[in-house]
Amino acid sequence: MVDLKVDIGKLILKNPVITASGTFGYGQEYEDFIDLSRLGGIVVKGVTGKARQGHPYPRMAETPSGMLNAVGLQNKGIDYFIENIYPEIVKYDTEIIVNVNGASIEEYCEVALKVDKLDKIKAIELNISCPNVKEGGIIFGTHCPSAMAVTRAVREVYSKTLMVKLSPNVTDIVEFAQAIESSGADSVSLVNTFVGMAIDAKTRKPLLSTVTGGLSGPAIKPIALRMVWQVSKAVKIPVIGMGGIMNAMDAIEFILAGASAIQVGTANFINPAITIEILEGITKYLKENGYNSFRELIGTLEC
Amino acid sequence: MKKRIGDLIVVSNKRLNQDFFILKLSSPEGIPEILPGQFVEVRIDGCPSTFLRRPFSIYNVDYREKTIELLIKKAGNGSATLAQAKPNQKLNLIYPLGNSFTIHERSNVLLVGGGTGVAPLLFLGNYLKEKHTVELQFLLGFRTSELIVEIDRFKAIGKVYITTEDGSHGHKGLVIHHPVLSGKPLKFDMIYSCGPESMMKEVAKIAGSNTINCEVSLENLMGCGFGACLCCVVDTIDRGIINTCTEGPVFNTKNLKW
Repeated sequence: MVDLKVDIGKLILKNPVITASGTFGYGQEYEDFIDLSRLGGIVVKGVTGKARQGHPYPRMAETPSGMLNAVGLQNKGIDYFIENIYPEIVKYDTEIIVNVNGASIEEYCEVALKVDKLDKIKAIELNISCPNVKEGGIIFGTHCPSAMAVTRAVREVYSKTLMVKLSPNVTDIVEFAQAIESSGADSVSLVNTFVGMAIDAKTRKPLLSTVTGGLSGPAIKPIALRMVWQVSKAVKIPVIGMGGIMNAMDAIEFILAGASAIQVGTANFINPAITIEILEGITKYLKENGYNSFRELIGTLEC
Repeated sequence: MKKRIGDLIVVSNKRLNQDFFILKLSSPEGIPEILPGQFVEVRIDGCPSTFLRRPFSIYNVDYREKTIELLIKKAGNGSATLAQAKPNQKLNLIYPLGNSFTIHERSNVLLVGGGTGVAPLLFLGNYLKEKHTVELQFLLGFRTSELIVEIDRFKAIGKVYITTEDGSHGHKGLVIHHPVLSGKPLKFDMIYSCGPESMMKEVAKIAGSNTINCEVSLENLMGCGFGACLCCVVDTIDRGIINTCTEGPVFNTKNLKW
């Protein structure tokens, strides 16, 4: 038996396969396809203090080897989450990680404080990188002093594992990762989507109601991989890698580049059972290459 | 109703005309219960420019034969790739997805379809005929006579009215201009419709002015088809902003903000 366990701060995952926020609902959408209890973790759809309607339709455009989305953090707010969703999802034998969003430092702290009181949730992912909301989100993720301020403020009120999700829409992502580490984060996850756009030349109109949106899928994988590699070398806290992972070999590339765990996002839309296939593929790779534990593989890129 | 993901085998690929073809797919382990109005998401293999699956209405289900049929219009690279599918080839499907049309016992119903929108209406018609005592009338619109699909299958279960935009077959014009929709007052218990949104909106108006319940099947762009991506949303009067893929694709038009 290969030991697949991995520590992310105080959080111990039974394996390194996590689902990415905004691509996996609250887990229930995938219940018919996979045994959710086999996952290392589920990062649920982003939660805000107040309910958000999200952006008008159309919110999605297919692009070469990827897609743009402009959902705009549609959710019913943290109180609804605690009352209605939390009791349902904690029955799965996997780590539920809440993706925390806000339009202000106060809103981030309000959500984090409320999640801190939920016994069965041992980690949050602070989303300072959503490209699809006007205020908050990416403003914090692309301005280093703001990223540090929100991380520090949330660190003050949140006692468990604090993961911060970085935006790739910056000149030097390493600077942000280091700033987050020095502000008390236990882990960084990267990357969120790249800001992009798509146009219908026939109608001379943008394909998204918001004109720009977030690009995900294999189109971004080489850039995401490079960023994970750079950040892993520059920080001591565990890095969680994501960006266009479509299969087990993609996931292994991120792990070789330095990721302690990986998140699977857009691939879930095309193959709702892909997370389990990736888990099995990683396990097979470890066995075939003579590893006794997953940890031995992290950051072993030879270059 | 449990959703499944798996490979189905192409039994036949029947070209109807320059736009439409019918894929008949079999599932050796059997077809799960499918309701009229539900859809499938097909993975498009071997087409570099399609990344996401493509949603298609279910045209017919044969549980005994263990097959489903999809009536597909060649619209882009995804459907053009499927148009090349060969017998015995495997296609990966997620199904059955979405809700279904509301069925009323012993009713007199009109089914209005435009173009590829006729697809879910054949399955609905067959379902109504098999399980219920229902009088069916179809009003089906196409651009020209060359694009008309398998009318005999519709005629086998109900009265069929055809419109073509160029008048090459049946009534000239759009379905909404056909006498069956312009009489006053209309006597149907229910109108079901699927087709271009502009057509469904007009049908909904006519139904509304005759106080007839009207259900339409929406075709919003979908990322996943099973409620995870929140991209195919529609704004409703009764439930706010909801997913077309899981709360629809069938909606009563009185609940849509049209």
